[in-house]
Amino acid sequence: MTAKHDLKPIAGGGLLDRRLFLKKGLTFSAVVLSADVLAQGEHYRPDSSKIAGKPFSNYGLPSQYERETIRWTMGNSMADGNGVSWTPLQDLEGTITPNGLHFERHHNGVPEIDPQQHQLLIHGLVDKSLLFEVEDLLRYPMTSLLCFIECGGNSNAAWRSKPIQTKLGYFHGMASCSEWTGVPLRLLLDEAKLKGRAKWLVAEGADASLMNVSLPLEKALDDCIIALYQNGERIRPENGYPLRLIAPGWEGVVNVKWLRRLHITNRPVMARNETSKYTELMPSGKARQFTFVMEAKSLITHPSFGHKLDKQGFYQISGLAWSGHGKIKKVEVSADGGKTWATADLQEPVLSKCFTRFRIPWQWTGEKVILKSRAIDETGYVQPEREELVKQRGTHGYFHYNAIVSWEIDRDGSITHVYA
Amino acid sequence: MFMRNSLLILALLISPVLYAEETPELGKPASKALVEQWNNDIFPDGEGLPSGKGTATYGKKVYQQYCLSCHGVKGTGDSADELAGAKHGLTDNPPDKTIGTYWPYATTLFDFTRRSMPLNNPGSLNNSQLYAVTAYLLYLNDIIGEKEIMDAQTLAKVKMPNRDGFVNYQSK
Ligand code: HEC
Repeated sequence: MTAKHDLKPIAGGGLLDRRLFLKKGLTFSAVVLSADVLAQGEHYRPDSSKIAGKPFSNYGLPSQYERETIRWTMGNSMADGNGVSWTPLQDLEGTITPNGLHFERHHNGVPEIDPQQHQLLIHGLVDKSLLFEVEDLLRYPMTSLLCFIECGGNSNAAWRSKPIQTKLGYFHGMASCSEWTGVPLRLLLDEAKLKGRAKWLVAEGADASLMNVSLPLEKALDDCIIALYQNGERIRPENGYPLRLIAPGWEGVVNVKWLRRLHITNRPVMARNETSKYTELMPSGKARQFTFVMEAKSLITHPSFGHKLDKQGFYQISGLAWSGHGKIKKVEVSADGGKTWATADLQEPVLSKCFTRFRIPWQWTGEKVILKSRAIDETGYVQPEREELVKQRGTHGYFHYNAIVSWEIDRDGSITHVYA
Repeated sequence: MFMRNSLLILALLISPVLYAEETPELGKPASKALVEQWNNDIFPDGEGLPSGKGTATYGKKVYQQYCLSCHGVKGTGDSADELAGAKHGLTDNPPDKTIGTYWPYATTLFDFTRRSMPLNNPGSLNNSQLYAVTAYLLYLNDIIGEKEIMDAQTLAKVKMPNRDGFVNYQSK
């Protein structure tokens, strides 16, 4: 039995104690009556259990009832391989993004690469320029890491003066989370032997835009890997098959897909994607460059725009938080527009630079309320309110938007995206 | 208990060595010629710029044939980015980011066009066509004259208006 006081809100708007789920004996009871009238002694079988099921399949697909759980795609009108597709965060739970739903940003389509024809070249400020075959890399010691990849341009619609009304994934879904497995880059750089002057690395993909970008060698030696596997299987073509550079916690563009070349240098190359794009224009007229780290962010995924609350009463608020600086320390949720906050429960394991699922129980009384979440990471960084972010950076930076997201629940249970 | 602890200590002692050293060392030496063929990076100081040359006069023809369909007449933008003809500056609302108002280095323009453009046929232009179309875009942005020759020497010397417009956030 649940004591009455357990259901007492711990913050405004009906937020309940996060430990409520764990309390023994808590049930939300309702009596379900079987529709079929069964003769005494007969037992009930669901329809699915009355005929032999379908045979085995070589590669499983989602249920036919889940066909709406898809990436939204948006390509350029003159070149359909230039654009993005978003992870439908509003339809997913847990922290791992299914491979077929990982967000995409391609500059000129998904290249078709035969791994037998693909090689990785390391050259520049090294003692030995080296060429690696994909099948050779498969023999190297590997490591696995669970981490998010978020496009530097994720959430950019939120810079606009009016809040966009679209499903969560379609403006914050250029963020996904996978287990990546591959060869620590440090091992390959050790093999090539870095020269003393080496400071940067220019990574290039084998796609039709030969996308390239610079990153500091320090990062490469710290935790970058040359990934071959994503969530246990070889990386999907749209995510970089056969090789992808993974730079945990850093903006998506430096996680170069279809990796073919690493040029070790003493300075950045000043590529288009680190000058014209992926730089943030500030109100002063100056732009921030090399803002690699994706700072702490959180989003309430359930409920969110497009969902509808059909009756008052008990709901679970659920969402995602992540930080490119390390682990999420705490997520707070507000159900009164930010006046009061309650600590949400963090799903274990809480990993560095990885999606963290948070949840908190909530009693909706049918009033108009505003839901918000804010992430705090292990460095103590607190996800800012939109107003604060705009005060610091103006609204023309385009990249690295990470402010608090607010959902207004109307009396009829409909949900609107608001700036509050 | 004792066993477990001593094994753990042993593992701690040997694992860093194993981790740093033990790889199959399967990288094959890459010849200088191969590296030169693969390396297409162009740096702001001009490192990597190929031979060839061009002016805006010829570049205009290249542009009209290979670029205009997506970037619009005189680079003012269409299905693809605006490249020239900014009507206002970076502190205006909204700001106008073009090659002329925003790009810090002219070498980036050559590099990006060579590696990625034209989007529907990347890698199809020769170096002189690339110098020429680069010259045309710089000319459209009032950065160089119509007759100025762009080549490996001159392009690296072009000072872009927004050269000092960037702050390295990383080193902050
Ligand atoms: C089929 C359409 C198409 C054609 C033709 C085309 N481009 Fe592009 N261009 C694009 C698209 C789309 C982008 C954005 C690329 C991206 O998102 O990475 C782009 C980007 C660019 C950029 C970078 C703009 C910025 O602000 O960062 C430059 C410079 C450029 N193109 C130059 C050219 C030149 C020069 C030509 C002709 C030789 C050309 N393009 C032909 C579609 C095209």
